[in-house]
Amino acid sequence: MADGNIVTSRRFFLFASAAGGGLMLAGCMTPSDTTDGAPTIAAEPPPPPAPPVDMNVFVAVSTDGTVRIMAKNPEVGQGIKTMLPMLIAEELDADWSKVAIEQANADAKYTGPTLGGGQIAGGSFATPQHWNPMRQVGAATRLMLIQAAAARLGKPVEEFTTEPSIVVHAASNTKIPYGDLVVDAAKLPAPDLATVKLKDAKGYRLIGKSMRNWDSPKIVRGEPIFGIDVKVDGMKYAYYEKAPVFGGTVVSANTAEIKALPGIVDCFVVKQVGNLPTKMGLLDGVAIVADDWWTAKNAASKLKITWDEGVSKDDSTAGFDAKAAELAKGAPGSNLSKVGDAAAALKTAAKTIEGSYVYPFLVHAPLEPMNCTAHAKADGTVEVWAPTQRPDMGANGAFGLIQTALGVEKDKITIHMIRAGGGFGRRLDNDYAVEAAAISKQAGNIPIKLIWTREQDMGHDPYRPGGYHNFKAGLDKNNNLVAFTNHFVTFGRPNASGVLAPLASANSPPQEFPANYVPNHSYDQSIMTGGMPTGPLRAPTSNAVCFAHQSFIDEVAHAAGKDPLAFRLELLNLPVPTGANRTGMNAARMADVVRVVGERSGWANRASLPKGAGMGVAFYFSHQGYFAQVAKVKVEQNGQWRVLKVWCVGDVGSTIINPTNAHNQVQGSIVDGISEMHQKITFDKGRTVQQNFYDMPLLRMDYAPQIDSHFHISANSPTGLGEPALPPVLPAVANAMFAATGKRIRVLPVAQSELRWS
Amino acid sequence: MASYTINVNGKTQTVEADPAMPLLWVLRDKLGLVGTKFGCGVAACGACTVHLDGKVTRACVTQISTVGAQRVMTIEAIGETKTGQAVQKAWLDVDVMQCGYCQAGQVMAATALINANPAPTDKDIDTAMQGNACRCGTYVRIREAIKTAAGVDTKDKREV
Repeated sequence: MADGNIVTSRRFFLFASAAGGGLMLAGCMTPSDTTDGAPTIAAEPPPPPAPPVDMNVFVAVSTDGTVRIMAKNPEVGQGIKTMLPMLIAEELDADWSKVAIEQANADAKYTGPTLGGGQIAGGSFATPQHWNPMRQVGAATRLMLIQAAAARLGKPVEEFTTEPSIVVHAASNTKIPYGDLVVDAAKLPAPDLATVKLKDAKGYRLIGKSMRNWDSPKIVRGEPIFGIDVKVDGMKYAYYEKAPVFGGTVVSANTAEIKALPGIVDCFVVKQVGNLPTKMGLLDGVAIVADDWWTAKNAASKLKITWDEGVSKDDSTAGFDAKAAELAKGAPGSNLSKVGDAAAALKTAAKTIEGSYVYPFLVHAPLEPMNCTAHAKADGTVEVWAPTQRPDMGANGAFGLIQTALGVEKDKITIHMIRAGGGFGRRLDNDYAVEAAAISKQAGNIPIKLIWTREQDMGHDPYRPGGYHNFKAGLDKNNNLVAFTNHFVTFGRPNASGVLAPLASANSPPQEFPANYVPNHSYDQSIMTGGMPTGPLRAPTSNAVCFAHQSFIDEVAHAAGKDPLAFRLELLNLPVPTGANRTGMNAARMADVVRVVGERSGWANRASLPKGAGMGVAFYFSHQGYFAQVAKVKVEQNGQWRVLKVWCVGDVGSTIINPTNAHNQVQGSIVDGISEMHQKITFDKGRTVQQNFYDMPLLRMDYAPQIDSHFHISANSPTGLGEPALPPVLPAVANAMFAATGKRIRVLPVAQSELRWS
Repeated sequence: MASYTINVNGKTQTVEADPAMPLLWVLRDKLGLVGTKFGCGVAACGACTVHLDGKVTRACVTQISTVGAQRVMTIEAIGETKTGQAVQKAWLDVDVMQCGYCQAGQVMAATALINANPAPTDKDIDTAMQGNACRCGTYVRIREAIKTAAGVDTKDKREV
């Protein structure tokens, strides 16, 4: 399990003497991040704070008892800024009403194997990776406070306990607040994180209790906390126009003409630096700098740019669809996995079923458009205020891209991680950050805030790749599934060795269920070249592949004349076939959530639903989470459809750390998944066709279903919730539409299918 | 460029701006009121929702030259009204927020709804809030928070 990955060592975290201050957040953002958390709404001037004393890089305690805890990971709406400090505060036994959470900068001092790894919002990794380390940090800090009290009273450490933010020596009836001990405690050597004792779960005061999203009071007051709100002295605003075709370059532009317009500070061509096979970095473009952003954007309507559109200018969705159909008919490019002899089993099967599934490219479209504030200073340092999910991740992180594009060393770059208005994987890429830094430098080392338009966001995304699955299944005379094959057609480009390899997130896992459950399976793949940038969208790969596999399994269940939920349990219960190697999903845990969702949804009573209403089921294992969902939909005779309710049961281990946020993530994942069933991104002449939310719709209030979210507690270490609740909702809804109408949704978006009935 | 005198959150403000400049960017870049958010620029998402004389208005498509004497109310001051304060409190009590970027607009739309209709039904909420997208999908909680703020039964009574 996850705990096995966490390496602990005696090298703990840096200490007060070495850690420096670190208290100030981005100097631009006032009021201080450390003053709220109380439920009052009216903004009152806080009393002058007592100076904090750093106990380590994460915890500082003030003599007035305030406990400042650094939130190390980027916050994009997943609730991590509240949750990681909860873990520290629990073991520190801090009084939550005296806790002040502060967002950490991107800094290696918060990272490393003993501290839960890097600073990233991705992969739902934060919970499993930090569950032990953050609690250990809290426990070690608490031990230091106890040691200071023990030394002061001349009593053995073992005689001390704590109440929230107070060290207690019961025998002498002595209570010492943390604030009175911190100066002494901070001088003590660091306890060993590996051996520090953690609480028994029965003693939790914070973990398992709902703690409100830390920044919410500021959000409802409209305070400046998002990346787009950052203001730096002397700052100008920037607009950046890139080629409409991915990877196109600037031949010429009327920059002098634009620069002469009223309110325009500067206009210049920016050139790509280095090789960018992913097309997600500093690409060629024209920058317009002005005193306000709208003036810069408005001037862009007068831009005349000649582009070299490059090699992707003929890409089109129609062309891709035709090529995919051709590839599906031919011999596959490669085999991904096989057990037994699926071809032979299909030949001798009593019944065979075929189904081809297609899903489109998707855009992330977080509601806060891409933006970044940067100051490439004349002294060669660079300061960046970035709403990013991944500041430091090799060449594609903000550090790496800025190092390459500006030719500066990493230690000259400061990155403030600013709350982002949604991520969904979009901000794992840092193209906007390197653009802002490059424009700041080229504009004469002035601080600039770059903001993209929504149209630019739709046109320059690392898209979720579309895909084509061509399934066959075979049933024996007793309607047992004996063969399952897939010829997956996807997008790729030649890798370093010249071999055509799938684009980012354009793969279909070789172990995808029911591989290694059915006695004979074969998964094959063919690849066509695509020039667009791609990347992970929330629950990457899973959000696509789950729809195809869990829908086709439903088709097989119906062909076998079996209850789709019972059929899934039957498959999960199959013995491991000869030659199969099951990794990842634990079948028993999955069967549990499938059973429970059946009970909670009243699945057994679904036959009483009127025509036009139906229930569907699906399950999925991703990001270490086990999720089963039942959706109930209503399809009107005119084809209009709505999801009425979704029942969701998830197993993410022994502990739901912050229940209010956990359920919020599940609710959001379900709405997000249904939203994806309405969406598509298509390409024509190498360009993205969709422009804005009028042709790339987001689900609205009236189409959001009722949701029953339930966690099935199991004896496993806790895992993350940003992603795994999303994938099963798409097939659960599609399967429900089949139950309602007899029409199978094999193509997304749903609007491409005829749903009228009489 | 022209000079415009507008009433924002009860204060008279004079700005120099192009007549076509949207109120959103006047608020954000000229008056420093950044609580009103940019999401789409075409009145398709609701992140920029403000009140003009109490009515829900998308600031991203409202040119400064058309504001005139209408009173502009933004998220920064909505808590000074009784309904606005109740809505803000309900948003916190229900713990609506994920990323929070749309929520200023949601709070403004919800406040206008309750001001016009003190006991909104699910259908009223569907209609009034349809223009405000939440990319994180917090609709279940927005619905509950609106009812909490209005002091009506919070149960979702739509067809199941």
